[in-house]
Amino acid sequence: MTLQYPRLLACGDTAFTIEFGDTIDAELNATVLALDAKLAETQLPGLVETVPTYRSLTVHCDPVAVDPAELGRQVLALARAGLRPPKPGRSWRIPVVYGGEFGIDLSSVAQHHGLSPDEVIARHAGGEYRVAMLGFLPGYAYLSGLDPALALPRRPTPRALTPAGTISIGGVQALVASIAAPSGWHLLGRTPVRIFMPGREPTFLLQPGDAVRFEPTGADRWAALDRAAAAGDAVAERVDA
Amino acid sequence: MSVTLVVLECGAATTVQDGGRRGYLRFGLSSSGPMDRLAHAAANALVGNAIDAPAIEFGLSGGRFRVEGGSVRLALAGARCPITLDGEQIGHHRSVVLREGAQLRIDRPRDGVFTTLALAGGIVLPPSMGSVSLHRRAALGGLNGRPLREGDRLALAPPPVSGEADHMLDPVAIDRDQPIRVVLGPQEGRFTASGIETLLGSIFTVSTQADRMGYQLDGPRIKHGKMGADIVSDGTVAGSIQVPGSGRPIVLLADRQTTGGYPKIATVVSADLRRLAQRQPGNPVRFASVPLEEAVRLARERAVEIAALPALRAPLLDAADRLRLANLAGNAVDAFSFEE
Repeated sequence: MTLQYPRLLACGDTAFTIEFGDTIDAELNATVLALDAKLAETQLPGLVETVPTYRSLTVHCDPVAVDPAELGRQVLALARAGLRPPKPGRSWRIPVVYGGEFGIDLSSVAQHHGLSPDEVIARHAGGEYRVAMLGFLPGYAYLSGLDPALALPRRPTPRALTPAGTISIGGVQALVASIAAPSGWHLLGRTPVRIFMPGREPTFLLQPGDAVRFEPTGADRWAALDRAAAAGDAVAERVDA
Repeated sequence: MSVTLVVLECGAATTVQDGGRRGYLRFGLSSSGPMDRLAHAAANALVGNAIDAPAIEFGLSGGRFRVEGGSVRLALAGARCPITLDGEQIGHHRSVVLREGAQLRIDRPRDGVFTTLALAGGIVLPPSMGSVSLHRRAALGGLNGRPLREGDRLALAPPPVSGEADHMLDPVAIDRDQPIRVVLGPQEGRFTASGIETLLGSIFTVSTQADRMGYQLDGPRIKHGKMGADIVSDGTVAGSIQVPGSGRPIVLLADRQTTGGYPKIATVVSADLRRLAQRQPGNPVRFASVPLEEAVRLARERAVEIAALPALRAPLLDAADRLRLANLAGNAVDAFSFEE
């Protein structure tokens, strides 16, 4: 059976998902973001909020105000009508301290690929990434654009707690973690940047569609950068404006 | 002078919740809000508050409280906890005045999980991102981003109506074993026919891995199809039943992760989320599939039910009042046959 994309998936009476595919692919994600932008502009009654992911858009709605099945058909029609590519997001340079206590899996990842730790850093920091989605926990930024030569399966046993600001990879994905949480991904480094910081403007530094590059930074600079970030400084540098 | 609620003691899962936080799902932040929206609305309606006003939610526990600087009218709704005011037992789903110097004691519920304590006027806390609801993982909302604990002091707003009488409402129903209704999908296609039959034909029980983020269920394993148990992450909703490789279903709830990489076999209808949330660890859970139209009808019915609560509350009568009323209505009743 071949699947017809995009298609409408039921998520109970308060949401539905428009699925564009089931792979991690920059073009697929751009289509998701295009539909998201289209809906923000269209403002359909009863639509509450939207959640873009790598390959789908979940649309939350108020079943008292609108029939979710009817709204789903409307959104699906928009998705099939052809979408304008979204306007390019912002570009960020994010400082990362790689290896050592900051990235405890750097050497094992290097070993797995038969590379030196410096080569892994060069490949990871040399990538041009796109924020495909924010999800799981507040401010977790999932990136597309990882060098395929770095891809590797997740750890068989997740770690009970990994620190806030962890820069990690899992499968073909790269991640910037905002808050401490369990993780089965490989930890390459840490950034002092707070992607999620209540009380700071903006609360969430990154948005889906933003471009991200990583800048290797000496461990000696960690304390100063971390202090600045804790005081509300973005620390990440905006490079498109 | 403003009135302060003092926490003398409370369980670990005691949090402040209001209607929840909207608009941040796309950034990975779930809405939080009451685990039992009907109970939250009923408790607030009983004290004349807006139905989404900030209130205290207990999870499988209770606490002891007193007030300083005046008295406050309060009400409890949801899971049935034994409640005493200075040692004297009082009922649920009615309002009562807690006077300065008196002590309110709420014990762990015998039935159900979540109990809402509403205070007339509401709790004064600075909203974080539009809500005072605690999201524990994000350390957001509540009192300084954490649950309540011994020694906490909460400022209360002046009541919307002063000097009003006590009121009562019919208790919100807590059931232990009626089926929880679901709509199949979004990824029911990732399961074998027997996997779906396992979901709909088995009796699961709530495991001890159950909190505001989600309830893991014990019971038979649900079988995935040939494509396995991993999907590329997509969005979740309150009620998503995700099934990881272990085959043990987890129902995601108010403080859930916003996206996930496990297939979701079905979604609990929004009207039944509170019924599931009120099942204690060890309580049975059966699922029944309904069409989407039925789920929408139930959601609309629930919205009407909640909106009607403020008008449905009735002045609290003592037994003598009720006897007098019954006689006035022409149905002569003697004091001995009048059932409490």
